[in-house]
Parts: sequence; structure tokens; C-alpha cells
Amino acid sequence: MVESLYKKRIDGRAFNELRPIKTKVGIIPSADGSAMFETGGTRAIAVVRGPRTLHPQHMQDSKTGILRVNYGMMPFSVWDRIRPGPSRRSEEISKVCEWALSSVLDLSAFPNSVVDVFIQIPQADAGTRVAGLNAAAMALADAGLPMKEMISAIAVGKCDRTLVVDVDKAEEDFHEGEGPTDIPVAITSRTKNVALLQLDGKISVSELAEAIEMAKVACGDILKVQMEALKNRKGGDDNE
Amino acid sequence: MAENRKIVIPGETIVTGGNYLPSDGTYRDNEDVVAMKYGLASIDDQRVKVIPLSGKYFPRRGNTIIGTIVDITMNGWLIDFGAPGKSFLSLNEVPRYINKNELRDFLDFGDSVVVKIWNIGARGIDVSMKMRGFGRIEGGMLIDVNPNKVPRIIGKEGSMVRLIRGATNCNLTVGQNGKVWIRGDSLDNEINVRKIVEYIVENSAISGLTEKVENFIKGLGLTVVKEERAPVSEEVKGEEIVSNDENKSSEDSIKDEKVEEVKMEKTE
Repeated sequence: MVESLYKKRIDGRAFNELRPIKTKVGIIPSADGSAMFETGGTRAIAVVRGPRTLHPQHMQDSKTGILRVNYGMMPFSVWDRIRPGPSRRSEEISKVCEWALSSVLDLSAFPNSVVDVFIQIPQADAGTRVAGLNAAAMALADAGLPMKEMISAIAVGKCDRTLVVDVDKAEEDFHEGEGPTDIPVAITSRTKNVALLQLDGKISVSELAEAIEMAKVACGDILKVQMEALKNRKGGDDNE
Repeated sequence: MAENRKIVIPGETIVTGGNYLPSDGTYRDNEDVVAMKYGLASIDDQRVKVIPLSGKYFPRRGNTIIGTIVDITMNGWLIDFGAPGKSFLSLNEVPRYINKNELRDFLDFGDSVVVKIWNIGARGIDVSMKMRGFGRIEGGMLIDVNPNKVPRIIGKEGSMVRLIRGATNCNLTVGQNGKVWIRGDSLDNEINVRKIVEYIVENSAISGLTEKVENFIKGLGLTVVKEERAPVSEEVKGEEIVSNDENKSSEDSIKDEKVEEVKMEKTE
């Protein structure tokens, strides 16, 4: 077995260690639900509006309400600049987040209506879609919507031959040896099903299985943080 | 029973056992009764439910709501009250005979009304104005509050409403959808009511709320008048619970109380 070129993480974390997490529920008073989720240098805010009547009318579903997710990075979220507005990447992430969240959300009680989830990234350091999903799940719960379970998400990666949990930007750009692999995974809280699984890079089947197991453990830790944030939510909305 | 009330998140097991009945905001997963909403779990006898703490107003039959006329159709009015979908007030559900051509004379666009939800069907929500105390809003002021705090504003069996009315000499009608109509003899008093209502909403999670509100009312330079059903002190004891649960759990009694409040207001 060849030894991996990635022996130590730049910020000194253990390979299965998460970045420090900060989170808060109820950050936007005028929204129906809102939450902030921060891991290391990545911060995501999610705002829920609805259920409300869906326009145009031809998009309405008379059997169930529908979910719309809109993901976007703010122009100043990275060192360079992100061109504001929809892009190929942000549309894709919106869609996969929508699929992940609709697997736990039950909107059958709200026919012809829509629930809008807006995920914005004010500050990015890799893993924005998983941070966004974590925030969105909390915001949906905060909006009082019926959900079968919660969702927690984490990006597992591989730098050369080493599997790492919660990749940051430097690890995402690790180009030695086998190069970087990025695997965002979302796990549901109760049934431990996989709600989102993407893979960018290359990885063997056995390593992928191992990576998902690591993600499940990490998602368990994130779930605890999400739970705590929701349970400690203050009575009213505040914006300190 | 302290174990009775705890904040749960979706997917969290509230209680395990085959003889518990999953009610609002919960579902059964084999032996477990699982939360489907974020909120306060309460176990009443064997019935398990989750009382939401945040989010939009979800209409329920029997609720008194305050809404705005947004459209006039052939045989009634469409009312918006801040929930998905609109509610329909039929011509037949209005207390007096109205000519079909003169709908606007009775209720015009933009008018606010106090109505009751009498049916929630697949095609929409039907509201009625037929009982006493319902009708068009005239004068006073209308304020918005978080719908989940409404039970706190009403108080145990309407105690808080009585307290406010006694102190300020204002009538207030609380819509379950988070709209409060205040009407008094002077603007100053109405503003005082608004301050009190806002204080209640802000401090709804505090135990012994009635006492706090009484102090707040005194702070405004008003006197606390103990109204008809005097044993307010008894009710203070009953208030020592962290959230609005006890009010909601007896939602039906609140409803009746609401109607009663409205009646009282009319007869005054």
C-alpha cells in the first residue's frame, strides 16, 4: 500500500474532525422561518417563505404544495468575485437541494401553494451546499412545516489517498497524487437515508462506502448542533 | 409532569409505546410516536401532539380570524388573511339580506372583517359572519402579531384580554391568524393596548406572565382593574408554564371564550 501524500491537515484537524460550527435559528424576523449555519470559513443563511399561493397558476399542483429552492453565492463571498445572478452551478445546487429537502418535507396539506427556500452564502470556504442544506433544514423546521425528519449534510473528501471529513477550500484544491475528490452527502436524521450524494473526482467503490460511513457519523454530530440551535431558539425573532 | 412538555424537532421520538395516539404534528413509526413539526410536545392522556412555536398561521375550523376583502365575486367576497389560499365569504353567510348588485355597499375592497372559519374543504376555506360579534371593522387600530403567540394574548380563558380591557377601557378582538383589532375611546388608550400586546408577544416564554403584564400596565401609569371573574390570582398560578401550551390544549374553550369576548364587546 502506497502511503498517501496528504499526511496532515492544514488547519491541524484530525481527518474525521469537523470545522467549528456556529448556528442560529430565527435570524430574519419577517420570514416564516430562517436559520444561519457556519462551519469554519463557510457561512450559509436560509430563509423560508410560505406556504403561499403559487403563481403562475399553471404551475400549481392541486394535490400537494411544491418546494422551490434557490441557492446563490453573494458576490463578495469569495476572495475574487462571484458574478451575481443564476449560473449553471447555482441552478444545479438549487435543484439537488430541492430534491434532498423534498424527501423529508410533506406539503400535501397545502395544495396549490409553494414553499420557497432561499439559501445565500455570504462567505464561502468549500462545502457551501451542505452548509446551505443544514441551514435550510433548520429554517424549514422553524417555519413550522411538517417534516418526517431532519436533514444533516457534510462534504467528505479524498486528498490523494486520505479520506477527510468536512473539506475546506485548500483540500478541495489539493492536486498532488490522486488529486482531490469532493463528496457532498446529506443524511436524514431518523431513517439515516441518503438524501443527497454527489461525487466530483475519482474514488474506488470501497473507499466511497467508507466515505459515506464517515459522513453518517459526522452528520450525527451536525444533527446534535441543529437540534440544540432549534431547542435554544428564543421566543421571538431577533436580529442581534 | 415536567416530562410532558419539551421542545422537539422533526424526526425526534416523543414517546415510545403502542397505546399512545399520534395527533397533530406527529406520526407513528412502529412503536414510536415521532414529531413531524418543530415545537412543544405535549402528552395529554394518551394523545400526543406538537404545538408549533413559530411559522405561519394554519387555518383550522372554528377559528376567529381577521382578514381583508381582496375580491368581490358574483355571490360573495374573497378574504385574504395571511394564509395560503383565500377564504370565501358567501352572500348566504352574512347576517342580513344583500342585493347581489350591491355587494360593494356592504363590504368593499380593502375592508377588514372579523369572520369565523366554518369549513375547510378541498376547494378552499369558507368563512361566516353570521354569529354575533362578527362583521366589518370600523375604527380603532389593527396590529399584526406572531400567530403562535395568540393564545398568550388571549390568556387562560380570556384572562389576559380581560386584564387589558380592564386597565385601558379598550375592546380588543384577537384573530387566531395573528391580527389584533383594538378599539377604544381614545388614541392614547389604543396605543397603550398595543404596547401591552407587544410586551406579551415579546415575553411570551416567561413564566408568571400575567404578573409581569400587570407590572407593565402599572408602569404605563394605568391601574389594574380586576374584572368580573375576580380570581385573577388563581389564574396567575396557572400561568406558570413556559409556553402557550395550556391555552392551545384547551383550544376549544378559547374559541368559546373568543366568541364570548366578542359578544361582550357588542353588548357593551
